[in-house]
Amino acid sequence: MANKNDAKAGLYKETLIAGLWRENPVFRLVLGMCPTLAVTAAVKPALTMGLSVIFVLVCSNIVVSLMRNLLKPHLRILMFTLTIATFVTIADLFLKAFLPRMSETLGPYVPLIIVNCIIICRAEACASKNTLGISIIDAIGMGAGFTLVLCALASVRELLSTGKIFEVQLMPDAFVPWAAMSMPVGAFLTLGLMLGLVNLITKRAR
Amino acid sequence: MDTLSILIMGFISIVIVNNLVFTKFLGICPYLGVSGRIDMAFGMGLAVTFVVTLSGTLTWLIDHLILIGTPLEVTRYVCFILVIAGAVQLVEMYVRKFFPSLYDSFGIFLPLITTNCAILGLCLFINLWGIDNLLKAVVLSFGAGIGFTMAICIMAGIRESLNLADVPACLKGAPITLITAGLLAMAFMGFAGMIR
Repeated sequence: MANKNDAKAGLYKETLIAGLWRENPVFRLVLGMCPTLAVTAAVKPALTMGLSVIFVLVCSNIVVSLMRNLLKPHLRILMFTLTIATFVTIADLFLKAFLPRMSETLGPYVPLIIVNCIIICRAEACASKNTLGISIIDAIGMGAGFTLVLCALASVRELLSTGKIFEVQLMPDAFVPWAAMSMPVGAFLTLGLMLGLVNLITKRAR
Repeated sequence: MDTLSILIMGFISIVIVNNLVFTKFLGICPYLGVSGRIDMAFGMGLAVTFVVTLSGTLTWLIDHLILIGTPLEVTRYVCFILVIAGAVQLVEMYVRKFFPSLYDSFGIFLPLITTNCAILGLCLFINLWGIDNLLKAVVLSFGAGIGFTMAICIMAGIRESLNLADVPACLKGAPITLITAGLLAMAFMGFAGMIR
């Protein structure tokens, strides 16, 4: 019995860590690119976005996991999308009510969580096949991995485009802000170079 | 300005100045996935154009005839995604029946149009910009599709030559595509300010 519990705990831990690095949604699976590029001009919106995605991911994984035995194959994707759309509406209304300014900054990218491939991918690959516990852990791991990448990307961009992170001046006064980093160009270039760096690190580690 | 010139300006603005891929980051997933060969990219672009025109128009109609001003407004996202999923289903059946070879080469990407952010994104932007005229909504949705097709075809052309280039091993695949997209976005920044 103890053995079984150990195995279970090990499985949970592995699932959690997989989302953070080995199967990181952005670096490894190259999923969810739109929000990754769009909201990372500064750290604060990136963090808000990451937290909203974690909320939606956990809730939709719970629901999908609970109804996995009732699903008909050809209606599967539709059911996933509708579940996700419901939770995204909740998250969107919550942001509008309690963080109106942040909601305005994020604009349509909050409702666009509906079509974020990460969430459908996890519903399909994990929640529709696994028990409730594993699905929740998987959602937390994947969500945390996504949020970390978002914050890392946003820190680089915010630092180079304004010299500040969270309104705290980090660069010396002589630093000339790179305006391009807060524009689409900066997003594409930074993410491209970051993916390259991750590939390099993985290769070295082997 | 008369209606026609407003429409033309709107069209040019969404195709070039506010191109969904380069300025709003929408539709990046298929943009990275399908842009390997130019004929496939073109087919994908046409499919997206069709779906986006259809769903942009339908969601505008639903939004203005049914949802706005009623408590049902909270169901907006659910309605939008249902319309898009339906339109994609229609295109999929049509392509499978009449262009089987194209259908085979699309593979998984055709059903994935449902989760193409460009489509839902455009429907949301039409709602956000407060477009109050059906004709304008149709022109904008069509323009968005054309803009996407143009972006993905440019990218496919570049990637076909990129296959022959000597790219560092760690940048092969997605990273170099993103960097190329960044340079393209920089080129498209030159159009900013051309229209309002």
